Amino acid sequence: MPILKIPTPLRPYAGGESSLSLPGEIVEDVLDAAVQAHPMLKKHLFNDSGQLRPYVNLFLDEDNLNQLEGLKTPLSASDTVLIIPSIAGG
Amino acid sequence: MKIHIPTHILDQIKAHGESAYPYEGAGLMLGKEEGNRIVSSLLFLENARDKANQHNRYLITAEDMLRGEQEAARLNSSILGIFHSHPDHPNLPSEYDREFAIPWYSYLITSVNNGKAAGSRCWRLEDNRESFSEETILSTTE
Repeated sequence: MPILKIPTPLRPYAGGESSLSLPGEIVEDVLDAAVQAHPMLKKHLFNDSGQLRPYVNLFLDEDNLNQLEGLKTPLSASDTVLIIPSIAGG
Repeated sequence: MKIHIPTHILDQIKAHGESAYPYEGAGLMLGKEEGNRIVSSLLFLENARDKANQHNRYLITAEDMLRGEQEAARLNSSILGIFHSHPDHPNLPSEYDREFAIPWYSYLITSVNNGKAAGSRCWRLEDNRESFSEETILSTTE
């Protein structure tokens, strides 16, 4: 199964795990499975409209999914998806 | 909540803020959490905001955060938080800081007044995202 890497700030909402093995053929499936397994993750990944929060970025290995097919990017069983926050302030 | 930051690392953060002046400088604090947080190294990053807004805004891109995660893994540590400077402003989180902050991370803010670092304070966003709590900085000479 594909692996979803959880960044440190979100681990408290994912049972303390740094990575999760989750079923899915596309990235969206894996995120859905993560939220089903760990419902507290949802509000930190998605806004009230169900869109990914602006600071949530997804990478397939070292490739930003924005340069691939986004949430529809297909996955193989050996793929690793990383959740990487971007940081802004003033 | 306490965070250990060796004096020489705090000095590096202050120097980075001074070198970025009059713009905001930023980077990552790497280390371990063993009861308290212990910062052991820094990753200095480019402020990715457009130049016109760098005097009161900073941005660390996802690509730089990925690099930070890889560096932290190489050092068997974690990204504990983010440091940034406030040119000619207090070392208090702004409303913009709060809006874009992520719970858990330590946010170290250094005031830089007229190009000279004036002091650093550290903050963590509450889980309800409504406010920050101050994190005590324990500065030790190593």
